[in-house]
Amino acid sequence: MKIKSHVMSAFLAGALATTAFSSVYAAEDTIKVGILHSLSGTMAISETTLKDAMLMLIEDQNKKGGLLGKKLEAVVVDPASDWPLFAEKARELISVDKVSAVFGCWTSSSRKSVLPVFEELNSLLFYPVQYEGEESSRNIFYTGAAPNQQAIPAVDYLMNTEGVERFVLEGTDYVYPRTTNKILEAYLIAKGIPKEDILINYTPFGFSDWQTEVAKIKEFGSAGKKTAVVSTINGDANVPFYKELGNKGIKATDIPVVAFSVGEEELAGLDTKPLVGHLAAWNYFQSVDAPANAEFIKEWHAFTKNDKRVTNDPMEAAYIGFKAWVSAVEAAGTTDTDAVLDTIIGTTVPNLSGGYATVMPNHHITKPVLIGEIQADGQFEIVQQTPAVVGDEWSDYLPDSKDLISDWRKPMSCGNFNVATGKCGGKGS
Amino acid sequence: MRGVKPTEQEELMYRAIQTFLVALCLLVSCLATGLRAQEDIRPLVDALGATSFPQKIEAVKALAASGNPKVADILQNLTDGKLYAPKTGGAVYLEGAADGAYLDALTGAPANEVPGNLAKIRLNNGLRGAIGAALSQLTLLSPDRAARLTASQDLLKDANPDNLALLNSALAQEKDAEVKATMEAARAVILLKTDASAEDKKAAIDMIAARGNRDALTILTAAMDNAPDDLKPAIEKNIASIKTSLAAWDVAQNIWYGLSLGSVLLLAAIGLAITFGVMGIINMAHGEMVMLGAYTTYVVQQTVASVAPGMTDYSLAFAVPAAFLFTGLVGVGIERSVIRWLYGRPLETLLATWGISLILQQAIRTIFGPTNRQVDNPSWMSGAFEVGGLAITYNRMWIIVFSLGVFVALLLLLKRSKFGLQMRAVTQNRRMASSMGIRTPWVDALTFGLGSGIAGMAGVALSQIDNVSPNLGQNYIIDSFMVVVFGGVGNLWGTLVGALTLGIANKFLEPYAGAVLGKILILIFIILFIQRRPRGLFALKGRAVEQ
Repeated sequence: MKIKSHVMSAFLAGALATTAFSSVYAAEDTIKVGILHSLSGTMAISETTLKDAMLMLIEDQNKKGGLLGKKLEAVVVDPASDWPLFAEKARELISVDKVSAVFGCWTSSSRKSVLPVFEELNSLLFYPVQYEGEESSRNIFYTGAAPNQQAIPAVDYLMNTEGVERFVLEGTDYVYPRTTNKILEAYLIAKGIPKEDILINYTPFGFSDWQTEVAKIKEFGSAGKKTAVVSTINGDANVPFYKELGNKGIKATDIPVVAFSVGEEELAGLDTKPLVGHLAAWNYFQSVDAPANAEFIKEWHAFTKNDKRVTNDPMEAAYIGFKAWVSAVEAAGTTDTDAVLDTIIGTTVPNLSGGYATVMPNHHITKPVLIGEIQADGQFEIVQQTPAVVGDEWSDYLPDSKDLISDWRKPMSCGNFNVATGKCGGKGS
Repeated sequence: MRGVKPTEQEELMYRAIQTFLVALCLLVSCLATGLRAQEDIRPLVDALGATSFPQKIEAVKALAASGNPKVADILQNLTDGKLYAPKTGGAVYLEGAADGAYLDALTGAPANEVPGNLAKIRLNNGLRGAIGAALSQLTLLSPDRAARLTASQDLLKDANPDNLALLNSALAQEKDAEVKATMEAARAVILLKTDASAEDKKAAIDMIAARGNRDALTILTAAMDNAPDDLKPAIEKNIASIKTSLAAWDVAQNIWYGLSLGSVLLLAAIGLAITFGVMGIINMAHGEMVMLGAYTTYVVQQTVASVAPGMTDYSLAFAVPAAFLFTGLVGVGIERSVIRWLYGRPLETLLATWGISLILQQAIRTIFGPTNRQVDNPSWMSGAFEVGGLAITYNRMWIIVFSLGVFVALLLLLKRSKFGLQMRAVTQNRRMASSMGIRTPWVDALTFGLGSGIAGMAGVALSQIDNVSPNLGQNYIIDSFMVVVFGGVGNLWGTLVGALTLGIANKFLEPYAGAVLGKILILIFIILFIQRRPRGLFALKGRAVEQ
């Protein structure tokens, strides 16, 4: 009995010592980075890739000697495509795991769900997906495209290069397509397109029977004017949509479709031969011809041990967000949120298309806009590339937000400054 | 006389020499002009390597106008992405057989000095259209019928008045009815653009209107804008009559779309009609059986593609039995391991099968990855054909045939086979069946396996129109329950009528209410219907119901 208790206490002491040591080690020698992407549920299809990309970037940074002399440690959680769970997991990452910054979210719903958590606990979120704008938070950096960095240049391309005069705005029924289409409709009307030449149509999530919709597009396109489809159709619904287009023989030379949510990853599940010439607008394509991109793709194939894995636009956005954070932390000499918030504005890091991305005072970044045409091998051929465009969080084409600007530099430090009234706090979030 | 007039022999020889000399002359001059012509278009070919798309389009047009016989090949190479030029613009090269080897784009001879920064010449839609139009001029007289048809269709789309003479000469020698009709339509469209006489234009309008389809409407509406005033009433009249006939076809189209949606619903629901309808198991993992069937199709297609690449068009023939057996076995496994302990406890069954569905989804996600898998449509399931104003896609048509086939086979199995008899006996009166010597646990397992296997076959069909992703099943589970409950639990005919009714109702609502509202209206309708008739369309009668 006595011996046993001795052994026991020795064991306990040992265990305590190890725990104490390991926690000291964790606190002193690593900087924790949260990764908040769904690994199960409907969004896993898109978000799993981003988790892998983040792990690769962190591993790469550690190989270069880490950050501020410490190793980076990734904390991966799975919010399971469940919006309220995103908020819970974000709170857990910040309060329990004490991460210095979080990289994550895909849908706007998940971002809106975590926004109050980041503001309350004063932490940083880097959001890597194109979105509808109309939001600005002190604690969030939007490294994907705002509507003026994707949607508006895309319809400009259609009007100027393809001579399109009639538009079908086809979208999935949720916040991103609805807001984007509202902005696009206002923009097209401002450009002199009559209202009867714009058809707006929504379908539910995961919609798979596109027969009626495609027939409607064909009918709308038979009015004697060049017609194009602007698609904000989300994820899963795209494959049946393109299959129906291909089978109905609607070619890109007849009615081109320009998509904002279809990238290399989405095309991986499709035979793209009937779709050659349909378009997508992004800020990055895997086919970008730049040394930085070639190196990134090589690293990605090595990291995933699969040379067929494609890269896509949100991965580039995650890359830029991570590099900007690293550079801001280095400049601040600390991972403290307020210090990083001061140094990150104006930070310029190289992007993957051979240019540079600068973090602007409105927490958006500068990005070139690329228009690509789908090729038979599932890649995009870049047919147009603009110089870098500054992300505009409050659209100039919506009456509620046209007077708003956002500037998080001191002394203004305001996410919705109304230039008409000169006061902070206008309509919007 | 002899000296003056040459003999017949001499004359013959003289003529032969003459002919030979003429031929030689011709050959030499041809060669010379040929070479000259080839070199003439070299600057035009090199212009294809220009950096801007408008310049490239100009080059394509100039090449087409040159009338050089090499142009068709060069443009074809351009379409196929075989032409390369320096990124900064300049001389154009043809991709060679070996990696990094380049040929002269014009002669096809190996190129000696190739600049280092060659990149594939990029195409965009405008350029593709210009190439199509240019190629169509060159292939309109081709001996190949398919080439002529494509060419005439391209000319119809392009409708460039410069091609009128070409079309006239092609029309004069065209024998094939379909190609001829397309050419005549193209000629009519072009006539409307030229300053032809009023009678000619009138005839052209009638000609286009007689086609009576959506394209004719497009052409006429476009022609309205710059038509002379005296023609406008004729065009308007034709537009109106096409619109009326299209409206009638729209009804037919809605019915067809409805049948197609109904057949998909039927396929998804028919397995559930067995597991839920006949056995009474609330099987939330039904959708995942469909998903497993779709993944089986993917695996079979990959295997066939690697073992016998020539057979890929028929891989579905292997996929159907493979999916049935695989998902059937999984079904038997689930029944033996989980469900049999939960008979008579519907809530626990619901939760357990829900859990199974999550496990299966995540298992597939771990094995195949979260992204979509590509299942190709075989060639006999791609494309569409037209019946009057109705565009019918092959994949939808075959799915209707397949789902009806599955329905009939299942009906025969239930009504005509020993297993069907035992199954009905067990579900109607388990104790009596058991005392008649039927091994009821086995019948239960096999019935559940049958339902799952049919769901797997549905997955084969759905892989042709939907995503093959771990979430595939989730999209169909609600619809499947809706169809079975609406049709009447335990009645296969009810499932058939329910699926087709919901499909057609949905497709008639969609054009007016939109897809989102249409779906909501259908759900409200079903809620109200179930309130009135809780047992669905075809309620089972008799003692079985009381249990």
